[in-house]
Parts: sequence; C-alpha cells; structure tokens
Amino acid sequence: MTVARDLRAAGARGTRAAFDVRAIREDFPVLHQTVFGKPLVYLDNAATAQKPRAVIDAITRFYTLDNSNIHRGLHALSERATAAYEESRAKARRFLHAAEDREIIFVRGTTEAINLVAHSYGRPHLGAGDEVLITAMEHHSNIVPWQILCEEKGARLRIAPIDDSGALRLDEFERLLTERTRIVSVPHVSNALGTINPVRRIVEMAHQRDVPVLVDGAQAAPHLPIDVRELGCDFYALSGHKMFGPTGIGVLYGRADLLEAMPPYQGGGDMIASVTFEKTTYNRLPHKFEAGTPHIAGVIGLGAAIDYLEGIDAAGRMAHEDDLLKYATEKITALPRVRLIGTAREKTSVLSFVVDGVHPHDIGTILDRDGIAIRAGHHCAQPLMDRFGVPATARASLALYNTREEIDALAAGIGKVLEIFR
Amino acid sequence: MSSDLGDLYQEVILDHNRKPRNFGELAGANRRAEGYNPLCGDRITVFVDLEGDAVKDIRFQGSGCAISKASASMMTETMKGRTRAQAEALFLEFHRLLTEDGAVPDPKALGKLVVFSGVREFPVRVKCATLAWHTLRAALQNAQGVATTE
Repeated sequence: MTVARDLRAAGARGTRAAFDVRAIREDFPVLHQTVFGKPLVYLDNAATAQKPRAVIDAITRFYTLDNSNIHRGLHALSERATAAYEESRAKARRFLHAAEDREIIFVRGTTEAINLVAHSYGRPHLGAGDEVLITAMEHHSNIVPWQILCEEKGARLRIAPIDDSGALRLDEFERLLTERTRIVSVPHVSNALGTINPVRRIVEMAHQRDVPVLVDGAQAAPHLPIDVRELGCDFYALSGHKMFGPTGIGVLYGRADLLEAMPPYQGGGDMIASVTFEKTTYNRLPHKFEAGTPHIAGVIGLGAAIDYLEGIDAAGRMAHEDDLLKYATEKITALPRVRLIGTAREKTSVLSFVVDGVHPHDIGTILDRDGIAIRAGHHCAQPLMDRFGVPATARASLALYNTREEIDALAAGIGKVLEIFR
Repeated sequence: MSSDLGDLYQEVILDHNRKPRNFGELAGANRRAEGYNPLCGDRITVFVDLEGDAVKDIRFQGSGCAISKASASMMTETMKGRTRAQAEALFLEFHRLLTEDGAVPDPKALGKLVVFSGVREFPVRVKCATLAWHTLRAALQNAQGVATTE
C-alpha cells in the first residue's frame, strides 16, 4: 500500500504516515520504465511533473462516469460534474489559504493567469509614463504580457536586478518602487535558478506605496506551503501540471475586491448573467472570469493532485527535498569543470549548471542515453541567461519522488560527459 | 559509451568543436547571413567572400553545441572554391544524409562530412547539424539573409 492509499484507508487528514520515498514512487506509474535500457531518472520536474495514479484515475473516472457540462444541466451527470468542479475550487482555496472560493479563478495555467491580470487589472490602471516592476529572474511568461501592456500604454517595464548568487537585490527593488509603479509581478521561486524570493517583504514594500503584487507561483506550488493571506499578495498564479496535476489547467487567486472591480478577460458563455444585443450583464465572481466551457476534467484532476499533496506528510516531504538538493549540490559541485548557476541562500529543487567546454545540449543528449531526463536550454528566461553570460544551462530539477540514487546516476552521467568532452 | 553516442561524438567532430576552423568575422565578406534556432537559442553568422559565382573565402562565428559548431567548421572547410550550384548540391546531399532513413552516404560527394551520419539516430539534433548550412544557403541567395531552422 502506498502512503496516499494508507491515508485514504485511515480516512483522516491529521494522521499522516511518515514520508517514505519508496512508497511515493509506487504512486507514479510513469517512473517505472526503462529508457534506452536504463531505469528512467526523471529530473525535468520544473518543466512538468509526473502524475500520480490518483490524478490519472480521477480524470478517467470523470470521463467514464460523470462527463457532462457544468453550471447549466438539470440532469444527474451535470449535477455531479458541477459538484466535482466546484469542490476542486474549494480545494484550491484551501491549498492557497484564500478566504473565499470566489477568489479562485480557473485558467489554463500561470501564463494565462498573468495575461488575465495584465489585461483586466493592468489595462485600466496603467497610463503613459507609469511603470510595471518585475525582476531579472523572470520566466518569459512574466515578461512578455507586461511588455505588450507597456507598449500599448506608453508605460515602462522596470527590472529589479539580482546578485551573482541569483538572489533579488531588495535594496534595488525598493529603489525601483516609485510613485509611478502601478503593479509589481515577481516569481515566488525562479524556474531557472531555484531562488526563493522573500515575497512577504516584497509585498510589504509594495503595499507601502499602495502597489498591488502578483506572485508567479508556478515553481513554488509543488514545493512550498502557500498562504496568500500570510504573504499578503493581491494575486497568485499557479499551473496544475507542475504540481502533479494535468496540463492545461491552473489557478489565479485574486483578492475579491480587486477582482470585483476588474472587467472580464474574455467574453462568452458562463461569464454572463444575461445577454441582449444591446447590453450584457456579467456573472458574479468567479464565473465572470471563466468564459466558455472550462477544462472540467483538468479541474477535477487538479483537485485530485491537491488531495494527493495534502495527503503527504508535508514536513517529511520538505525535509526529503531539502536533503536531496543539498546532496545534489555537493555531488555536482564536486565534479571538475562544473559550475552551478544559482546559489542563493534561499533556494529549492533546481540545479542549473554549465560544464566548461561543453554545450548544455550535448550534456542533455548524453544524459538522455543513460535514461536521465533533464532540460537544456534557456528555460524561457533569456534575459536571465544574459545576466549570467551563458547562452544556456543544463537544468536538473527535483520532485518529491526523486532519490539519492538518481542523483548518483546524474553525477555519473555528467562524469561521462567529461570523459567524452575531454 | 553507447555505440550511438560514439557515432554521434566522433573524434573528428569533437576536434572541430574544440578548435573550430575558419572561426571569426571575415573582413572582406560581401555576403553574410544570420542563422537562428529558436528551439535552443543557438545563433550563428556565416560570412562569404563571393567572387563571381565561387566561394573565395568563408568564415563563421557564433555559439552552439558540439554538433552545430563542428558542422559549421567542416562546412567552411568544404565550401572554399565551390560554385553556388555546387554548394547547393552539397547542401542537398548533406541534408539527405541526416534525414533520409537508410540513405547511403556518397563519400565521393560528402568527403569527411560522412562523420555526421550518426546524427540521424538523434532526430532532435538534426537541426543543430543543419543550422550553418541553412545560414550559408541564405547568404548565397541574398546579400543580407536571415535563416532559421523553423
């Protein structure tokens, strides 16, 4: 029996089994395969995480038994689908520690969440000469929507710099907060470096100037506890697929008073209260921001992923992940010609590295033939690569199911790279 | 090393990666083109001094993986003295070597470029090997060209 199933059998949220990575691995069918004759070592979790059986089953069950449209049917299937969909909203609300279900908007992912805020909050609030403040460690999804907005409005995108370890320069960040700043958008955890940003402190600084803060939580959700009220942020975005849920589904949390005042992002079905050719009245929150038939199975799968995560002893999981990161950092930095990019004191789960004289793509190809999946490239963070003066890095990113043995395989694989590229 | 990897990273390729030939800007170039692989961000510039219809001199610069660098380096070595029609024929032959299943490389046409036949087993790396070639093609077709692998 696995941890998750033990817990369901125990039937209590409070009685969690101690963290056991072997049992966790049993929950993920995809991990049990060989690639080029070697056991799969999946270290590309920051790109997308694998799915536990519980998530796969929840989606299968929905399509097998309950498939129906939501919020409109009068029949049993539609009622069941609607209930499951809205139950997932409550789960997401609890996961983020938000106050109300209507503050949870289902979107396609973090990218759509940021675009929604840029469009529905940014557009009405930004004028010529105003400023949007982001950081030097952004994923392209937290750069481009703001660039589009700034270009349209004649506003300016300001970039808070980072230090050589990959940590945000808070003093510079504070200096860049001006009376022209209209919104701040920062990552909770950097996808390319693993840096954890001091979001609470960032929010305090921004709120002193009455500037709202959006947090890109895509990389934080699978690793850190998230409490939007404790963080004090105004918006928080995450992607289901990075936290063991399906692709194509994500969450935007927004403070109710802000969301109430914002115009819709897209028009269509479900987001309206009434429509005539002369005038449309919008639906109440959260439906105002969920136009069209949503990804119902995805939402239900995301709910199952939240259940799965919450069924695992969080302290034990985080201790395991910390141990893995520490072990991997020691192993990799002990290798000759290898340099770690991103060494901030506060970091999680990401090892971005370069090998002297070897392009990251060659590292990726060689590791792949040993069954080891990593990412090689710019990680959708080209300005960050420029900051460190590298065209690309190799990135191994960890999840709760990874083991020390897999880190050993990674280190041996990099050893092979060094051998080929003498 | 698995035999696939050995076929990919042959000593000749590793050598050209370490010490790329004809690397750097070409002062007297009358043709140049930029190549870009948006998938990986690799960028390359190819400079050509075209005299009449023949490649009098050719150099390249940029950054990329071992496959793309070695391919660019060996391409510049092979291209000197060739006419545009000969360059195009070689491009097509090289492309066939990398992409056609069961293609029998013609050593007479390709010379030492046959070392790239191992790339065929690594489909995602084919674009690495052809980036410089697409870029050269753009340079020979237009005075100022931009090539992309997409």
